[in-house]
Amino acid sequence: MSASIEDIVTQALQELAHAADLIQLDQVRVNYLGKKGLFTQQMKELGSLDPEQRRSAGQIINDAKNTFQEALDARKSTLENAELAARLASECIDVTLPGRGQTVSGLHPVTITLRRIAKIFAEAGFNVVEGPEIEDDYHNFGALNIPEHHPARAMHDTFYFDAHTVLRTHTSPVQIRVMESEKPPLKIIAPGRVYRCDSDMTHSPMFHQVEGFLVDTDVSFGDLKGVIFEFLRAFFEKEVNVRFRPSYFPFTEPSAEFDVSCVMCDGKGCRVCKQTGWLEVGGCGMIHPEVFKSVGIDNQVYSGFAFGTGVERLAMMKYGINDLRMFFENDLKFLQQFR
Amino acid sequence: MQVSEAWLRELVNPPVATAELVAQLTMAGLEVDAVTPVAAEFSGVVVGEVLSTIQHPNADKLRVCQVNVGQAEALQIVCGASNVRPGLKIPAALIGAVLPGDFKIKESKLRGELSFGMLCSEKELGLAASSDGLMELPADAPVGVDIRDYLALNDNVIELGLTPNRADCLSVEGVAREVAVLNNLPFQATTFAAVAPQHTEALEVKVEATEACPVYLGRLIKNINPAAVTPLWMQERLRRCGIRSLSPVVDITNYVLIELGQPLHAFDADKLSAPIVVRRSRAGESLALLNDQTIELDGDALVIADQKQALALAGVMGGKDSAVYGQTRDIFLECAFFTPINVAGKARQFGLHTDSSHRFERGVDFNLQRRAIERATQLIIEIAGGSPGPVQEVAAVAALPPRVPVKLRSQRITKVLGIQFGDDEVHKLFEGLGMQVQVVENGWEITPPGFRFDIAIEEDLLEEIGRIYGYDNLPSSSLLMRSELGKAPEAQLSLARLQDCLVDRGYQEAITYSFVDEAMQNAVAPGEEFIRIQNPISSELAVMRTTLWCGLLNAALYNTNRQQSRVRLFETGLRFFYEDGHIQQRKMLSGVALGTVNTEQWGEKARKLDFFDVKADVEALFGLTGIAAEFVVYQHPALHPGQTAQIKNSRGDAIGLLGMLHPTLEKQLGFDSPVYLFELEQEAVLERKVPKFSALSKFPSVRRDMALLVEEAVSATAITRVIEECREAAIREISIFDIYRGPGVAEGYKSVALALLLQDFTQTLTDTEIDAIFRKVLDTLAAKLNAKLRE
Repeated sequence: MSASIEDIVTQALQELAHAADLIQLDQVRVNYLGKKGLFTQQMKELGSLDPEQRRSAGQIINDAKNTFQEALDARKSTLENAELAARLASECIDVTLPGRGQTVSGLHPVTITLRRIAKIFAEAGFNVVEGPEIEDDYHNFGALNIPEHHPARAMHDTFYFDAHTVLRTHTSPVQIRVMESEKPPLKIIAPGRVYRCDSDMTHSPMFHQVEGFLVDTDVSFGDLKGVIFEFLRAFFEKEVNVRFRPSYFPFTEPSAEFDVSCVMCDGKGCRVCKQTGWLEVGGCGMIHPEVFKSVGIDNQVYSGFAFGTGVERLAMMKYGINDLRMFFENDLKFLQQFR
Repeated sequence: MQVSEAWLRELVNPPVATAELVAQLTMAGLEVDAVTPVAAEFSGVVVGEVLSTIQHPNADKLRVCQVNVGQAEALQIVCGASNVRPGLKIPAALIGAVLPGDFKIKESKLRGELSFGMLCSEKELGLAASSDGLMELPADAPVGVDIRDYLALNDNVIELGLTPNRADCLSVEGVAREVAVLNNLPFQATTFAAVAPQHTEALEVKVEATEACPVYLGRLIKNINPAAVTPLWMQERLRRCGIRSLSPVVDITNYVLIELGQPLHAFDADKLSAPIVVRRSRAGESLALLNDQTIELDGDALVIADQKQALALAGVMGGKDSAVYGQTRDIFLECAFFTPINVAGKARQFGLHTDSSHRFERGVDFNLQRRAIERATQLIIEIAGGSPGPVQEVAAVAALPPRVPVKLRSQRITKVLGIQFGDDEVHKLFEGLGMQVQVVENGWEITPPGFRFDIAIEEDLLEEIGRIYGYDNLPSSSLLMRSELGKAPEAQLSLARLQDCLVDRGYQEAITYSFVDEAMQNAVAPGEEFIRIQNPISSELAVMRTTLWCGLLNAALYNTNRQQSRVRLFETGLRFFYEDGHIQQRKMLSGVALGTVNTEQWGEKARKLDFFDVKADVEALFGLTGIAAEFVVYQHPALHPGQTAQIKNSRGDAIGLLGMLHPTLEKQLGFDSPVYLFELEQEAVLERKVPKFSALSKFPSVRRDMALLVEEAVSATAITRVIEECREAAIREISIFDIYRGPGVAEGYKSVALALLLQDFTQTLTDTEIDAIFRKVLDTLAAKLNAKLRE
């Protein structure tokens, strides 16, 4: 009997060692521990022995079973580890391959620029207001102190629908519309499309302007200078120099144009700034008393400033774009450079 | 306005170099657009005289010349110009001379003949872009003198971009006045002595339109020399100011225009039938102008006329019939002041723009006419001889533009400009600008001169102070002002959020022109009335878009024509249309998509975009707002009849469209794959539902699926709506997860697989309850849509 058990254990351990995978291993388990398994049969045969023999024989079989069970567990663990290792090896991928699914696209550089401008001013409490693009000549010209036949009208190269209806030539009509309906203090940014009947390398019949204005008691030219300074430094994210040149706009007095030190050469002089070291950015001034009069704001109590600048121009300076016409060709190869 | 620096410095010569002078002008508001040397760099060129020429023995086109260059012996120079001839004075480049382009002149042999220099054309000296022969100098040119000195070529042309308020600087004198103030130098306008009349003849002058022509001066100058030529110095000055020399009388009127800013006109006196009348034109009258254009006048134009006809469009251009010409001996010189309002717009009305109209429109000094006519007379006598008559003057002082004193409060200088300005400084600054200063309480009263048309209110004076003091020297302050807290309306989504959503879904933002080609507009929105621009820049940009699709389709085509097979673009902006006869401008958000769903990717089969891919993008936008949108079957002439939906909001208002471009149009426009379009009213997609909490059920939910057989025409919305109308509170969600057509489903029918999610707030639903709800839903669907459960 005992020898027989020993044989069985030896054979069982050999079979365990030969089980190549978990399925074969389970088969070995069934062969020995299953209902008809060899150890199970040995246990069944105990019934025919007398009680004393039964105890010692039982002890031997149990020991043999335990030996087998330990060996089985060890073999199972080995096989499981091997299987996991094989699976992991087979699941190895090239993680450098691109991901799948929808790709993110981008905003137009004009929108990117406008959003930045609006954000810079929003933090100082300026609100964004938009206006119509087809305007009446009163809001586009008359209320801005540009009477009919004024030479400044000719400078505007206006698109007409009829004698009194135009495509707005600037965003300044928004100034009038806001001041007509709201009371000071006012801090407004007015971005949008404007139109001039002019088209060549450096002029587009449609472009974007952003107008800003502020009306309150005691606003001075110094405040205007301060705002423009701070804005341009925030926009270009560097210590640019700014200069103010006297100019003329019928709706501001005093009027100025403002230039920024060339952002390409830092004012040293290059092709972009035509060796002057300066780039023209926009126009500004103190709101003209006639403009206040046309909207019914008392200019003895209130004063204000306004400024305007071309958005494409700012974007060109910021990103180094050298051709205005690209803005409206909508070539994906151009647009997708801006994220 | 172009001025010669040397001429300017003759009137006022500040001790500053050109660069500094130019910077001063720019920073004072007279923006300098360009500074150009009047001649290119060259040296070693003198006035020479050709003594003799003989034919070159070995070259047909060359001559061997002896040239006197002021040295002891004449030089032999070989020359190929056709106009070389004995007696001619020319610029001669000597050995060692350096011509423009670093071209050095050396002793040389031309076809065997020695040449000790080179005779020059204007082009070779960089004085002109082209020339056909040697530059011919006047007979009195002094031989041997350096040509740069003789022609005063060490000079620059300063080009000023003047703003319309500064007409006073449209003359050398005006610019000189500014330069003097900027450099603290005294300035006195040149006085011109009156030329004594040598005869008493005069043409009678009548001014009928006094308010438009308050000052009119005329002078008859007889017997001028028709053979006279304009002296070189004057030709050169005119050239440097951008004016071509024509004939002495015309050149002189132009010279005075540039020198003083006063336009003058000379008539051929023989062609006039006195009296000369300044009057309004008569309707039906026509006038042949100097530029060969004939204009038809209305009753509103201002003309100079004689007894027969209109002679000139006042302040704009003279007439052809009365113009001076080569044989003219007697001239009638006119010098007037026309009020700006009467000239403004007149030139443009006839498509004209002249040096004269440019100045009169902006304002000419009304005290200048006497000086100008005397100056012009003096120059005419000097250059062309002739005998001047007396100056006739018709003046209506009352009609002159008023020059009202403007109050300047010293406290306003501080408040607006942030600087202190004393009495002395105010006097010095404004008197330097030609204004009268009177001290009054708390400030000054300042009266502008006749040449300033831009000083009417206190702010104008403040600008003058800021300008001369220097804007850059004014203090700059940081914005300290009351600020209110911002607003954050929650029921309103920002357009930026929608744009970002589309960007994240692979759409690139485009910006296209608001005006489009009429053909494109008609193709995309047939029959829709559009708004036409009166003066478009081109026919491709002539009408206002009624839909953003016009530009987006063009942009998509632009890209497909450049090897982009997958295009997704969106744009935000206005569409323009008529509603009840009124122009409307509405903010839209539109998109175009074509090509595959995703960019080409490994391990995945490329799939062409279809309606539902784009619909998902549109639904995503509504998903941001929490507001339900309904898609209704719709017909649009530019879209596929079976793949178009109108989008409605919960109130049933049409707020947008989604569809596939009609295949006919797709082909016509040049696309080679289906194109999907959408357009939404911004206002409708920006409206947002403010979230409101609803309690969650603690009980489990149960999903029940059903496959319904319905006729093809029954829409998904119709099915879900019928189920909703059953008003079973336990039905929490309805979703369609499959559509099947094919074996087992009869032709004309489809099988729609639906899932119902059921959940109750008070209890776990029992099978019996679920079955009852399921049966009720089926019965209603059968009754309303003739739907059957597919076995």
